[in-house]
Amino acid sequence: MTTAIAQDTITLTINGKTVTAASGKTILQVCRDSGIYVPTLCYDERLEAYGGCRLCLVEVKGQGRPLSSCTTPIREGMEVTTDSDRITRLRKTVLELLLSNHPNDCMLCEKAGACTLQELVYMYGVRYDNYYGEMWNLPKKDDNPFISYDPNKCVLCGRCVNICQNVVMKGTIDMTGRGFYSKPDTAFGKPLTPDICVFCGQCVSACPVGALTEKQARGKGRVGSVERVRTTCTYCGTGCNFYLNVNKGKIVKVTSDYAAPVNKGNLCVKGRFGYDFIQHPDRITKPLIRREGVTDTSPEVLKDPMAVFREAEWDEALDLVASKFMELKNKYGPDSVGGFSSSRCTNEENYLFAKWVRVALNTNNVDNCARV
Amino acid sequence: MAGLATSLGAGAASNSLEQIKDADVLFIFGSNTTEGHPIVSLHVNAAIRNGARIIIGDPRRIDLVKFSDVWLNLRPGSNIALLHGLIHIILRDGLQNDEFIKNRTEGFDELREAVKKYTPQYTQQITGVSVDKLEKAARLYAKAKNAMILYGLGVTEHHTGTENVMAIANLAFTCGHIGRPSTGIMALRGQNNVQGASDMGPAPNVYTGYQYVSKPEVREKFERAWDVKLPTIAGLKSVEMFDRAIEGTFKGLFTMGADTAHTDPNINHIWKAFDALEFFVVCDIFHTHTTRFADVILPGASFAEKDGTFTNGERRVQRVRKAIEPLAGMAEWQVLQELSKRMGFEMNYTHPSEIMDEIASLTPNYGGISYERIEKQGIQWPCPTKDHPGTTTLYELQFNRPSGKALFVAVEHAGSGELPNTEYPYVLITGRRLQHYNNGSMTRRVRGIMELSPEETIEINHADATRLNIAHGEKVRVSSRRGEIYVKAEVTQRSQAGNVFLAFHFEDALTNILTSGVRDPIAGTPEYKACAVRIDKL
Ligand code: SF4
Ligand code: SF4
Ligand code: SF4
Ligand code: FES
Repeated sequence: MTTAIAQDTITLTINGKTVTAASGKTILQVCRDSGIYVPTLCYDERLEAYGGCRLCLVEVKGQGRPLSSCTTPIREGMEVTTDSDRITRLRKTVLELLLSNHPNDCMLCEKAGACTLQELVYMYGVRYDNYYGEMWNLPKKDDNPFISYDPNKCVLCGRCVNICQNVVMKGTIDMTGRGFYSKPDTAFGKPLTPDICVFCGQCVSACPVGALTEKQARGKGRVGSVERVRTTCTYCGTGCNFYLNVNKGKIVKVTSDYAAPVNKGNLCVKGRFGYDFIQHPDRITKPLIRREGVTDTSPEVLKDPMAVFREAEWDEALDLVASKFMELKNKYGPDSVGGFSSSRCTNEENYLFAKWVRVALNTNNVDNCARV
Repeated sequence: MAGLATSLGAGAASNSLEQIKDADVLFIFGSNTTEGHPIVSLHVNAAIRNGARIIIGDPRRIDLVKFSDVWLNLRPGSNIALLHGLIHIILRDGLQNDEFIKNRTEGFDELREAVKKYTPQYTQQITGVSVDKLEKAARLYAKAKNAMILYGLGVTEHHTGTENVMAIANLAFTCGHIGRPSTGIMALRGQNNVQGASDMGPAPNVYTGYQYVSKPEVREKFERAWDVKLPTIAGLKSVEMFDRAIEGTFKGLFTMGADTAHTDPNINHIWKAFDALEFFVVCDIFHTHTTRFADVILPGASFAEKDGTFTNGERRVQRVRKAIEPLAGMAEWQVLQELSKRMGFEMNYTHPSEIMDEIASLTPNYGGISYERIEKQGIQWPCPTKDHPGTTTLYELQFNRPSGKALFVAVEHAGSGELPNTEYPYVLITGRRLQHYNNGSMTRRVRGIMELSPEETIEINHADATRLNIAHGEKVRVSSRRGEIYVKAEVTQRSQAGNVFLAFHFEDALTNILTSGVRDPIAGTPEYKACAVRIDKL
C-alpha cells in the first residue's frame, strides 16, 4: 500500500550490485523487485510495513546497527548488504525465540509446506530443542463456519489484525491481553459471527503460519499434495483472481493470488469460501428429458425432479434438441425460436451461443440477462 | 448501460478499479458496495484512508454511510431530481467547469434549462433530502480535483434507469469529472460476466463489440466469417420473446445459465410464458425454478470445469481455467458445437482459445486479446491490436460519439412506475446480501454460508415495526398487487421508515412474485428497486 509520491530515481548498491529504483520505495521493495531474497514474517504487500518481526534486517554501510529493510526507505548512494554473520545470528535468535513458544506440530499442521516459520527454521537450521521457555497452551477456536484459530501457533506478526482493521476496516480482531499472553482475538474472545465479521478470510490469507487456517479445508490436502489452478471468481463482476486447490479431482480450498490486479490476494466470503456448490451432490450431471405425458411445471417439480424427467445420454438429448428446433423453425419460421444466454457464462460461450442462434436458427432472437 | 452509451458513446466503466484509491471525492450512488462488490469496497476503504471525502446516495443506511461526509437519503425513484438538484446548485454558484463544457460536450443549454426548476427546495420536496445536504454534496463534488462516481443497480433498476444514468453523466460533465485517471464514472453491475456477456453480442440488435446488425458492412463481415446468410433485421428482446410466447407466436427457446423464472420481476408472467412454449431447453448446473418448465435439461459446467474468459466491471478480460473435468463430460462450448453440427453447421474448435481468436478477429475492441497475452494478467479493452497495452482510462482525448463530444441529455424526473397508496403503503426495494448470490442456487449449497445466512428476512424500520406491532424475528406476510410471500421481519435502522428491503436468494421466499413488471422502456431493465407492498402481522 506504499505509494511512491516522487517520481525521481535513486541509485544504490545491494550486495555490491548497482540498482536504480524509484524514490519512496523501501529497501525491501527494491530487493524484491530485483529478485534479491530477504526473509520476512510481518511484512505484507497489502499493508503498511509494521516492522515488528526483525527478520528483514539488513546492514547499511555507515549505520552501526542493522536496519529493518521493510521500513527503511532507500537513499542515494546507500550500500546495502542483505546477509552477514551478524545478521544471520540475529535472525537465528528471532527464530529460536519464536520456536521456544511454538508447538512442535508441523506433522499435523494445515500450513506445513506453506508456512514461513517452518521454511525459515529450515533455512537457518534452527533446532527445535535449542531454547526452552514457557509455552502457551490456549484452547483452539473454530466456533464459526469458516475460520480455525490456534493461538498457540501465533507468532504475533500482527498481519491479521492490521489487515482486518486497515484494509477490511472491520476491526473485528485486535491484539488482546498483555505481555507474554498478548495475542490477536475478538473483543472478549467472542466467537466470529456475521454481526462483527464479514468472513472475508483476509486475516487467514495474511497469516504466515498455521495459526489462522480455513476450517472447511482441514485434512483435505496441504500444499504439497494439491494442484493450484489460477482462475477468476464466478460470483460478482469485480473479477477477483484466486487459486483453486485441487486434490485428486476434488476442489478442497481457495487460496489467494497476491499478484491479482484487482484484488491483490483479498477476497470476499463468496470467493474464498463459496466453492462447495461445485461438486455438490445436487449437480445435474446427465442430460434430462421430460417424461412422456408428464406436464407438471409447478414448484412441486423441484421436490422430486426425477419424477418429471428421465436421464438420457448426450447423443439422444442433443439429437432431440436439434431436431425439435429444426422442426419449429421450418414449421413456424425462424422468428418463432430464439435463445437467451447469461452473464454467468464465459465470453466464449456467449459468443458461440449468439453465433449458434444466428447461424443455425437463422434469427437475431437472442438476448442475455445483462439488463439485470 | 444504454444511458452511458447515449451520453458517452460506450456503455462501460470509464476507469480501472485500482484508480479508486487516488480519488479525493467518491460519490457512491445506488450501490451497497460493501455487500454487492466487497472487493471494490476495499478500494473505497483505501481511498477513505487516503483522505477521500465520501458522498452516499442511497435510500438505505448502508455500511458506508458511517464513513461518509454526506448521506443523500433519497426516496426510491427520485434519482433524477436529486442529480439535477445538485447540478442546479453547481450552476447557481458558478462551480461548473466551463472549459470542459465548451470544448468537450454538447447539449449544455438544454440541460441548463432543464435543471432550472430543480431548486434546492423543490429537490428536497421530491427527494426527501434536506437542502443542507444537497448544498454540501454539490460543493464537495464540484470542488474535487479527482472525483469518481460509483453507481450500482440502485440507479439502473428503475423504469427510468437509462435516464438516471444520463443524469449521472450530466453531473460528471458539468464538473468535467471524467476522462482522467481517478476521475470518471464506474458502473458496478450485478453478475460476474455482465460486461463480457454484453460485449459478446447475444443481443437482438448487435453482434460482438456493439456492432449493429443493421449495418450492411458489419453484417457482411460476419457473413464472410461464419459462411452463412444472416438475417437483416433486429430480433426480439427477451421480454418480447416472453410476451409472444404467451400470445402463441413464439414457440421454442434455449436458455443457457439464466434462472429467469426466479430472478425476473413479476415472475408469474414469466412462468406463464415458459408454460406456453412448445419446446424449452434449459442448460444449468442445478435444478431451478426455470428448469422445471423444461422439455430438455442439458447439464452445464461450472467455472471450475472449463477454460474461458470473463470480462470484469473495469473491462478487464481475464482467464477462467479448468481445474477439474466437467462433471457431465462436456462444457457448454462443446455442447453448442455438437448441437450446431447436428443442425448442419460445423463448428470445430479444439479449445476455447480458438474461439477467442475468432472473437478478436471480428471485434475491434478485443482485437489484441489472446490467451497468450492474458496468461499472466488480464487486459482492459479497448485493446485493438496485438501490441496495444489495453486501456485503463477511457475518454482522455475524446468520447465515442460521432462528434467526439459527450452529450448532455435533458431528462426529467418521472418517479417510480408503481407508487405506494393506502392499500400498499410501503416501498419495497430489492437487492443483494453479502453472503448470497442471485437465485442462490450456488451459495445455498455452501454449508457455511447457510449457517451464516439461512433464510430470507425483510428489513423494516423500527417506527414501522412499532406501528404494525411486529417484533424482530416475527414472521409476516408481504404482499403486492401480484402475490404474497412469508418471511421473518428484521427490525432495523437500515431501511428508512416507509421503505422495506428484501433480497432474492431463496427458493421458498420468491421476492420476485412481488416485484412489478414495469421496465425501463429503453434498456428493458426491470424496476427491482421500487414496488408498492403491504406488510401484515399474522
Ligand atoms: S474474516 Fe475478515 S472481517 Fe472477519 S476477522 Fe478476518 S479479516 Fe476481519
Ligand atoms: S494469528 Fe497469524 S497473522 Fe495473526 S498475529 Fe498471529 S501469526 Fe500473525
Ligand atoms: S471474491 Fe467476492 S468481490 Fe471478488 S469477484 Fe468474487 S464475489 Fe466478487
Ligand atoms: S518484515 Fe520487516 S520487521 Fe517484519
